[in-house]
Amino acid sequence: MSVPVLEARDISKRFPGVVALEGVTLRVYPGEIHAVVGENGAGKSTLMKILSGVHQPNEGELLLDGRPVRFADPRQALAHGIGIIYQELSVVDTLSVGENIFLGRLPQRVGVPGVVDWHRLWRDAAQVLERVGAPVDPHQQVRELSVAQKQLVEIARVLSQDVRVLILDEPTSSLSLQETARLFEILRGLRAQGVAIIYISHRLEEVFAIADRVTVLRDGRVVGTQPIGEATREGLIRMMVGRDLSAYYGTVRSSPGPARLEVRQLSRAGVLRDVSLTVRAGEIVGLAGLVGAGRTELARCLFGVDPIDAGEIRVDGQRVTIRNPQDAVRHGIVLVPEDRKLQALVLILTVRENIALPVLPRLARFGFLSRRREEELAQGFVERLRIRTPSLEQRVLNLSGGNQQKVVLARALATNPKVLILDEPTRGIDVGAKAEVHALIAELAEAGMAILLISSELPEVLSMSHRVLVMSGGRLVAEFPREEASEERVLAAATGQARVA
Amino acid sequence: MAEVRPRGVQSTMTVGAAAVARRFVQRLTGLREFNILVALLFLGAFLSVTTEAFLTTGNLFGVARAFSLTAIVAIGQTMVILTGGIDLSVGSVLALAGLSTGMLLERGVPLPLAMLTGLAVGALVGLVNGLLITRVGLPPFIATLGTLSIGRGLVYVLTKGYPVTVPYDYQAFIWLGQGYVWIVPVPVIVMVALTILGTIFLGFTTYGRYIYAVGGNPEAARLAGIPVERVKLLVYVLCSTLAALAGLILVARLVSAQPSAGLGFELPVIAASIIGGTSLMGGEGTVLGAVLGAAIMGVLENGMVLLGVSTYAQQAVTGTVIILAVALDIWQKRRRARVRRARG
Repeated sequence: MSVPVLEARDISKRFPGVVALEGVTLRVYPGEIHAVVGENGAGKSTLMKILSGVHQPNEGELLLDGRPVRFADPRQALAHGIGIIYQELSVVDTLSVGENIFLGRLPQRVGVPGVVDWHRLWRDAAQVLERVGAPVDPHQQVRELSVAQKQLVEIARVLSQDVRVLILDEPTSSLSLQETARLFEILRGLRAQGVAIIYISHRLEEVFAIADRVTVLRDGRVVGTQPIGEATREGLIRMMVGRDLSAYYGTVRSSPGPARLEVRQLSRAGVLRDVSLTVRAGEIVGLAGLVGAGRTELARCLFGVDPIDAGEIRVDGQRVTIRNPQDAVRHGIVLVPEDRKLQALVLILTVRENIALPVLPRLARFGFLSRRREEELAQGFVERLRIRTPSLEQRVLNLSGGNQQKVVLARALATNPKVLILDEPTRGIDVGAKAEVHALIAELAEAGMAILLISSELPEVLSMSHRVLVMSGGRLVAEFPREEASEERVLAAATGQARVA
Repeated sequence: MAEVRPRGVQSTMTVGAAAVARRFVQRLTGLREFNILVALLFLGAFLSVTTEAFLTTGNLFGVARAFSLTAIVAIGQTMVILTGGIDLSVGSVLALAGLSTGMLLERGVPLPLAMLTGLAVGALVGLVNGLLITRVGLPPFIATLGTLSIGRGLVYVLTKGYPVTVPYDYQAFIWLGQGYVWIVPVPVIVMVALTILGTIFLGFTTYGRYIYAVGGNPEAARLAGIPVERVKLLVYVLCSTLAALAGLILVARLVSAQPSAGLGFELPVIAASIIGGTSLMGGEGTVLGAVLGAAIMGVLENGMVLLGVSTYAQQAVTGTVIILAVALDIWQKRRRARVRRARG
């Protein structure tokens, strides 16, 4: 390794009242994939915003090929070959793939300014897509694409501008296992072409799978940079949180009792076929599978969000009819949906208002709210789940991802459920909050709750569950007791390579 | 208002009264309602100095009576907008309800029955709006644009374009539009009463909270077990019923039902809500804000009349105020968001 293509040297960034970065140095070399990890609030985003020209550092400098540079805005950074892909994609759904790639700089007909040269557009778009290795037709409307394909379009857009440093912020947060694998292939291809890639992720498995080196940030400082060969999972976690997390994934101690939730022959046309399962009191049943396998769809049917065509649901032996979420809550079933911002939280309402939302009738008298009871309920959960918020009157909008997720959990628990369905309960939250959520799940099971745990993170499912069920194509295709479940076997079942009864 | 502080933060007692006062002022000045109130006071002070007629009891209550109808309907409109919807049909509902009552009174139907029918007509249109939106799945803009047109068409069919006169023996009815309690016009009393009721409803009842939740995030509200469709039906019915009430008051005031009553009325009503701080995205806004929004438009209009500004120019001024009010709000929000981001 000779000269870093991009170097951040002794960068400090202060916002009024806060030091976001303190003396941070990061060197990125051509043809390397450099992972940056750290808990939420560690300063990853601020650092990336400085590298990509959104913010300017108070101290320190950026060097490009060893020469100092200053970026006044993201456009200048891009002109210098530094492109960033944010977690939230910014493609225009109603335009074609090709138009998206060249958005803002559509090629124009020679001699006829203002008129798009479509021929060149399609040809250039196809070329860029080929370079990325993305199997996407330039003429296709972006809205018809999957999230993974949209992401590839965005990568193509950035790369079409001669980018030498590509920054990816949590790129796999909404990708399936297969799509993630595909993305990794593409990133390795770009690395071989000499592109430097800065890869930000919460998922340590991915960092070990893709990165060449890893830098850990904590509280705005660099804790260390290691070649991936020298890093260990436990070591990285210790560096990230600054302490030992004895059990990263919680362990289950509870012993299951009688059947709480029984599902028989549940079907929904085109989505679920003959799904039968039982979750016992005190039992955590993991539900694994690829994205689109029907796990979320099953959860939605059980919670009455989507109607079922056939089958029956029993809670504590009693057959129940669930037509909408109100019915489900009444029968003791509650769902923590997979997307907390879109499906779970009313972001502009406060912590108190969000927690109390599903149980307002219980708290109210003659339809009138009781502020005191709402506060008691919310304060109880804030303490029990250690939700870090300046006050109950804080809008959840302003909380960190982990604390938002805890508010969602608090709200689910406020309904006093017998059956708790968790859909990706730890997606996008930092390791500290994750450990707390895992401990909480284990504690709830011990208290006799029946828990159905959906997660795309296999280690989470494997370590948390008494049993692991695997779905594929809308059906349950395999069941493993805890002792027999392994990543390989679950993956094999999920991808249909093996059928285990 | 009780405030829960995280552990380790000093209690209010030791921080002292000054800090409490400062926080109170900060909270107050952060409110959109406060901004409008200040603007309203400035405008009032300016008009009191520049014109002789403004600061008289008669003029002030006259102004209040003039904007009271807008305010009453804006209360309902605000609830609709809070759920992320819009009701364009309020002007037609106002006319249709007023006409229904007027026609019944013309035929000698007892007053309570005639008034209830008028209000029921309003509620019915609201129900139709609500069902079109929740069951058929039409966007609120389209559904209420349709009923706006249908309602107005019905009014012209029923009247053939001629006004319907209310017989003078219905003094109790006419009192609703023209009467006073002591020196306060009746419509103003109705407006104040509805403002209080609306504030209590939105702020202190389960359904009030549901309205904010549905507008803030419909999907989350549904998954939290809130009867989203019922909440939406309710706000359209309430909004149309309030529009009908305004229609009755207008007929009582004019002692006749005009076929063109409330033509274009949806615009000032929506403007009042928006000036009052209601976000068209839903989830944010208050009844008090909407009423103050109507008030500032009313005072402005009155001021322009007193200052001799041509009636033609007045609309342009009103439009400017709408833009300024919302621009100011966006600017404030952005500044606050910057401070928040900076804090991490």
